[in-house]
Amino acid sequence: MRENDLILQTVSKVAVFIILTFGVYLFLSGHHNPGGGFIGGLTLSSAFVLLYLAFDVESVNAGIPLNYKMVAAIGVLIAIFTGMGSLLFGRAFLSQSSAYFNLPVFGKTGFATVTLFESGIALGVVGVVITIMISISEDV
Amino acid sequence: MISIHAFILIPILTAFLIPFIGKQFPKWHLGWVTLAVPILLFSFFVSKIPVISANRTITGSIPWIRALDLHFAVYLDGLSLIFTLLIAGVGSLVVLYSIFYLSKEKESLSHFYAYLLLFMGAMLGVVLSDNLMVLYLFWELTSISSFLLIAFWFHRKKSRYGAQKSFLITVGGGIAMLVGFIMLQVMTATNSVQEIIAMRDSIQDHELFVPALVLILLGAFTKSAQFPFHIWLPDAMEAPTPVSAYLHSATMVKAGLFLVARFTPVFGGEATWFWLVSGVGIFTMFWGSFTAVRQNDLKALLAYSTISQLGLMMSLFGLGSAALQGGASIDSIIYTQAIFAALFHLVNHATFKGALFMVVGIVDHGVGTRDVRKLGGLLSLMPITFTLSVIGSFSMAGLPPFNGFLSKEMFFTAVLNAHEMSMFSMDTWGLLFPVIAWIGSIFTFIYSMFIVFRTFLRPYRRERLEKDPHEASIGMLLSPIILCTFVILLFFFPNLLSKYLLAPAMNGILPTYQNMEGFIPKISAWHGFNLELLMTAGVVILGIILMNTYRFWNVIYDLFPEKRSLDRGYQWLLAASESGSKKATDHYMTGFLPNYLYYIFGFLLLTVGGTLFLSGSIVFDPSNDAPVSLYEAIFVGIMGITAVGILFAKSRMTATLLNGVLGYSIAVFFVLFKAPDLALTQLVVETVTTVLFLLCFYHLPEWSKEDRSWKVRFPKIILSIGMGALTVLIALSVQGNNLFESISSYFEDSYELAGGRNIVNTILGDFRAFDTMLEVVVLFIAGIGVYTLVKLKAPQGGDKIERK
Repeated sequence: MRENDLILQTVSKVAVFIILTFGVYLFLSGHHNPGGGFIGGLTLSSAFVLLYLAFDVESVNAGIPLNYKMVAAIGVLIAIFTGMGSLLFGRAFLSQSSAYFNLPVFGKTGFATVTLFESGIALGVVGVVITIMISISEDV
Repeated sequence: MISIHAFILIPILTAFLIPFIGKQFPKWHLGWVTLAVPILLFSFFVSKIPVISANRTITGSIPWIRALDLHFAVYLDGLSLIFTLLIAGVGSLVVLYSIFYLSKEKESLSHFYAYLLLFMGAMLGVVLSDNLMVLYLFWELTSISSFLLIAFWFHRKKSRYGAQKSFLITVGGGIAMLVGFIMLQVMTATNSVQEIIAMRDSIQDHELFVPALVLILLGAFTKSAQFPFHIWLPDAMEAPTPVSAYLHSATMVKAGLFLVARFTPVFGGEATWFWLVSGVGIFTMFWGSFTAVRQNDLKALLAYSTISQLGLMMSLFGLGSAALQGGASIDSIIYTQAIFAALFHLVNHATFKGALFMVVGIVDHGVGTRDVRKLGGLLSLMPITFTLSVIGSFSMAGLPPFNGFLSKEMFFTAVLNAHEMSMFSMDTWGLLFPVIAWIGSIFTFIYSMFIVFRTFLRPYRRERLEKDPHEASIGMLLSPIILCTFVILLFFFPNLLSKYLLAPAMNGILPTYQNMEGFIPKISAWHGFNLELLMTAGVVILGIILMNTYRFWNVIYDLFPEKRSLDRGYQWLLAASESGSKKATDHYMTGFLPNYLYYIFGFLLLTVGGTLFLSGSIVFDPSNDAPVSLYEAIFVGIMGITAVGILFAKSRMTATLLNGVLGYSIAVFFVLFKAPDLALTQLVVETVTTVLFLLCFYHLPEWSKEDRSWKVRFPKIILSIGMGALTVLIALSVQGNNLFESISSYFEDSYELAGGRNIVNTILGDFRAFDTMLEVVVLFIAGIGVYTLVKLKAPQGGDKIERK
């Protein structure tokens, strides 16, 4: 027995992209403004959650063939290995640094190693949340 | 010097490589690869003999965790050198022997050699470490590798039993030893053994001195299989014979002796030390030899004989420690001879016992049984093996011209000297030592002869054997031949060994006696007709008589029935602790979730609430609070109504949604208090968790209002109100107490310190990045946990298979 969720599906198709864009924005703006890896990751995963709610698991999985356990594992590994990067420069584990560069289109742009670290966190969060959700929902 | 560290680690690192080498070159017998390691180690340590025999020591230290005074510190003196040479030397011979003993096709050789190398490195670590904690680390590593090696044939039930037994007993002793080490560390504020030895005089009156002594001895006694902990060694004989020859006779079981020798300069001269070490040792010596005589399995016989010989050496170390009573003096130098005899016998025992184990392995390999009731008449079939067994056994029995004779004579001298001691009330009890030693030696003589006569003489009966007996290949015979050569060479040239190895070791154990006249005795085979020689003659004569009349007096063993043995005690203890813990666990692990919630919340209420109450931290101080605004008041009202509403919700869905209202209201509070980061996080978290809640409810039964009695509901109500009250109290008290300055001002410079203007994020990604990293790891583990719990369920009835 499946309810008629045409409205939800139609809205989701648009909303998911808005949420995903917002999640990426939150992730990138985290250095100076509200946001960051954790919130960004959670927002991204809430977009996926919406997709799974509006459509069934099979069709979403067919559209986005990702193994979320791997996503989570890769995220955790990124978080750990970017921390080790600082060891190569003789600094303590997980030391971060940042610098500004002049790029042709963007002008003065800041880059920070913390972004790499945060991307690991974000991927970890996305992977874990969706893994848990799919596991529980498929267990019938 | 760094190189010694490297040589400890080489075997351990090679152990990790062995499986890969085995995969890469499946045609090789891994033993040949492994053999290179002990030979390399042996040549390295041999090259250190000139330095050490010149009475110098080699030290080196690599800092590890400075704050805990943990350094990978090594200390090579005469005592450690003897042990390293034994480990590497006997190790090489055992590996060589094992190449022919273990077949490449049938056995998992990569496991075997990896474990063996792991043990080799651990054992080197034990004898070379100067840091107590590092010593302990390697000590337990030897127990672990011994466990793995005993259980090498893990499909046999007896192997698993023996492995578990040895592990429980030796690790139990090891933990006692660790506590002793910590006490030493408390007394001296250092972990370095050499620094502790230097502080000996200042700690002797400390109240922890004797407890530390007893605990460290527990470690030594369990490892060296002293009575009553000796019961693990016979069961450890389930290991392949090369392992028994290596770990359970030549090296690992001597770690306890090493520990006693190493700590003699600290504890020696103390009456408790003297009596425990020498008393337990001499009784073990007697008991081991007495029990060995009745064994029918050759390996069991050798196991008990090893126990007995270990007891002999232990008692010698104990007797020798008397020399330290009242400081070094020319009067008590005579007692130091006991330690010299112990060291000498240590080397001798490794040679003849190693050879004997290998001989038994050859017999087992060639005939298919080790049961002396089935064996007999192998003399003409295995002549070389017979010769080797004669050399080994006669040396063990203490007959000339073998090295065992020399150390046995010195043992008699030592117990006779001890008999004349005037301290430690030895004038009353001293006579016991020579008497027990003499009786023990008679039994030693008997079982040594049994090995030769029962196996190789007596009539040959083919029908009782599983295979056609034949002489072993030269590869298998090579190692025992080398050991037997040492047995004879050491008889003729004992003073070479004494000069290069034993003398520096003596200086290491008894530094205060260094350079004193008569400290290093000259070993000679002929002393004239003295009491020692008469005792040996008595041993031989009585031994021969008793051996021939064995069937008349073996009823004496019926006095010690199997039913009341120490072994049964161990089994009973194991079974009782297992069933006891199961009973206790079943009592509270009911499998009923509400019960677990009781435990968790009850515990929290007691500890946190109790701490708040007892420390008087419950403070309500609203003086610094900001005034309450209208919006805040509205949302407090909403949350209050929602919270009460949950209690009266009719379905799970309603309750969950109401719970969501609470969560979103908190997010609004964060907005009101100008914390956009937190508000954002709270909003998203609340959304995702609500969805997850709803997903979970699919699996739960309908929420039915049960007609519960007050007896069930009352404790629940108490607990709920208690938890709520506690949370409110904590929140208020956090505001009211101001114990230290806030650290938030530090983070205000986040842009200068971490290059980010968002304080929250710089804390997450930079200042406290370690927390964040570990949090995401924990999150990942939780995710994988949920996945495995849900997805990887055992099929119906599969649970039983796992418990088997």
